[in-house]
Amino acid sequence: MQVTFKLFAMLQDYLPPEGRKDNVLALDLADGTTIQQVIERFALPEKSCKLVLVDGTFVPPAERDTRTLKEGETLAIWPPIAGG
Amino acid sequence: MAWTSKVLRVDLTKGTCKSEPLNMEWAQQYLGQRGLATKYFISEVDPKVDPLSPENKLIMVTGPLTGTMASTGGRYSVVTKGALTGAIACSNSGGYFGAELKFAGWDMIIFEGKSPKPVYLSIENDKVELKDAAGLWGKTVWQTEEIIKKSHQDPQLRVSSIGRAGENGVMYAGIINDLHRAAGRSGVGTVMGSKNLKAVAVRGTLGVGNIKDPRAFMVATMAAKKVLADNAVTGQGLPAYGTQVLMNVINEMGALPTRNHRDVSFEDGRKISAEAMAEKRPTDGKSHLVTNAACFGCTIACGRISKIDETHFSVVNKPEYWGASGGLEYEAAWALGAANGVGDLEALQYANLLCNEDGMDPISFGATVGAAMELYDLGILTKEQIGMEAPFGSAKALCELAEMTVKGEGFGKELGLGSARLCEKYGRPDLSMSVKKQEFPAYDSRGIQGMGLTYATSNRGACHLRSYTVASEVLGIPFKTDPLVTEGKAGLVKAFQDATSVFDSAGVCVFTTFAWSLADLQPQLDAACEGDWTMEKLAEVGERIYNMERLFNNAAGFTAKDDDLPPRLKTEPAKTGPAKGLVNGIDLMRPEYYQLRGWDEQGVPSQETLSRLGL
Ligand code: SF4
Repeated sequence: MQVTFKLFAMLQDYLPPEGRKDNVLALDLADGTTIQQVIERFALPEKSCKLVLVDGTFVPPAERDTRTLKEGETLAIWPPIAGG
Repeated sequence: MAWTSKVLRVDLTKGTCKSEPLNMEWAQQYLGQRGLATKYFISEVDPKVDPLSPENKLIMVTGPLTGTMASTGGRYSVVTKGALTGAIACSNSGGYFGAELKFAGWDMIIFEGKSPKPVYLSIENDKVELKDAAGLWGKTVWQTEEIIKKSHQDPQLRVSSIGRAGENGVMYAGIINDLHRAAGRSGVGTVMGSKNLKAVAVRGTLGVGNIKDPRAFMVATMAAKKVLADNAVTGQGLPAYGTQVLMNVINEMGALPTRNHRDVSFEDGRKISAEAMAEKRPTDGKSHLVTNAACFGCTIACGRISKIDETHFSVVNKPEYWGASGGLEYEAAWALGAANGVGDLEALQYANLLCNEDGMDPISFGATVGAAMELYDLGILTKEQIGMEAPFGSAKALCELAEMTVKGEGFGKELGLGSARLCEKYGRPDLSMSVKKQEFPAYDSRGIQGMGLTYATSNRGACHLRSYTVASEVLGIPFKTDPLVTEGKAGLVKAFQDATSVFDSAGVCVFTTFAWSLADLQPQLDAACEGDWTMEKLAEVGERIYNMERLFNNAAGFTAKDDDLPPRLKTEPAKTGPAKGLVNGIDLMRPEYYQLRGWDEQGVPSQETLSRLGL
């Protein structure tokens, strides 16, 4: 299945070069892939995955292990950041 | 004692400057800065006063921690009745001016009356003088600072001034210090301009030597700095990416107000984000962002210093804009960009530079352009009236309208009214995205429900800095709440409002609250300030300040009807994203909020509340 994967701020360095330009990468994943599995596949440091959104909705840390991604969804992840 | 215990009273009508002792009883009840100056203000000024009349006053004020070694301890505020809003205004700025004012030995300056001719105030410690500003009137903020420093032959002077926007009656003119730090909102610069006061130039060499318990203060400030350094947000995120890092977050959440709040996400959001600012441009191979920067004493350093693309249409043949300068911060990038559908980063920086150069609030200006573009889109405003084509997304129109507004030329004069007065004039008051005539900042309250209540009940008109529930609803600070529900938001907003009142009254930056709670601030204040500054006392001070401001607004004529959102946010559901189908639930949250505050159904504090808070 096709999923859109986005990494921002310091995490963008974990994207391959072709994804860094726009912070986005198209992923072809096996059905049933969880958020946690994507985090591991890209070797993202656990504590840097602070804000995890699927289609804009926050997924709490406790659900990342079980929340599977679906065709067409967008997974976006940020380290701890803030603004004003 | 942290306070200098001295107030400078400047009567602009008579041209006199007098020193007075600070009311120390009030300092114990209102702490400093926002709280203390507001206490002075409401004790001396009729709430019904015309903001632009000589009877209005304007106070520049520091906090007890301003100028000390507390992290971010460089803040000062401007308190007055806002030109834009007619409500109590308190605009807070960083940079170095506030600390310098404190070093000169002053807690606050109260300006009253109106000078018969343009003047500026010169302060060198105790030597205080009103000087002729005939040669400064008509000059920009940047020119003013340079001329004053040259004429005093002192490059270390700190200058706070208005630009041409404040002189020309732009209703949301700000006061700029240190070239690009702003007491930006509510038209405090408009009030300053109405008094013929161009600038305040200050040199202070006295330091802040009267800390209550210096040893305990050093221990407390060191510990608090460690909290900031160890926190991933204040230690890494903010210095690296600045506030602008929120652009992609809020856009992804479907809470980025776009094209005057018609939409909640912006297709070009990434092009104007912090990530884009750090990328190399194809034109010159350089990144927009040059470095980060810190205000006085700040160990976070969230500020952005950027260099515009010299080949961009807005600055071709204008080398005065090519140097490194302040911007873009998130709010400015949003208001000048997404709010108008403009996705040209360099155009936003140009408009932002004009806002700094001539003292104009980029939030209100950008959002007013957004309203004008919608009026144009609907055929209510024509090309002839505006003087150009002004469709959503036009970077050219944005840049030209910014030039016209600061100069008070053509349609710029109308944009200078702000969106509420502009939309009213053209028969569509509903299209002004504002509360109490002040334009919304960069969060759509359909996607972040608590911000709707924040805006509606902010004492200075729509504002994110009175209760930044985004911290909780989006970022999980101090704990995560669901942005799409109204439940629990009344209590959240009240808690943020009261705590923020304390931070705004202490002399430190509200961005510390991404890592600090009141419990981190309390030991610093207790070690610095005479008296017993417990957590309980601080919590009460915060609540007292919020209620005091409310009393002023009520007496000025505001009612529960003014604690409301424009119809668009209550009737037009978000079209996309997680909030799709939702409007803001302000009518559900407001009654609970009033109840928690101890206010009646009309939003009037009950006698019991007032006596509990000693008001
Ligand atoms: S956090 Fe940013 S705005 Fe606040 S004092 Fe530091 S540099 Fe200035």
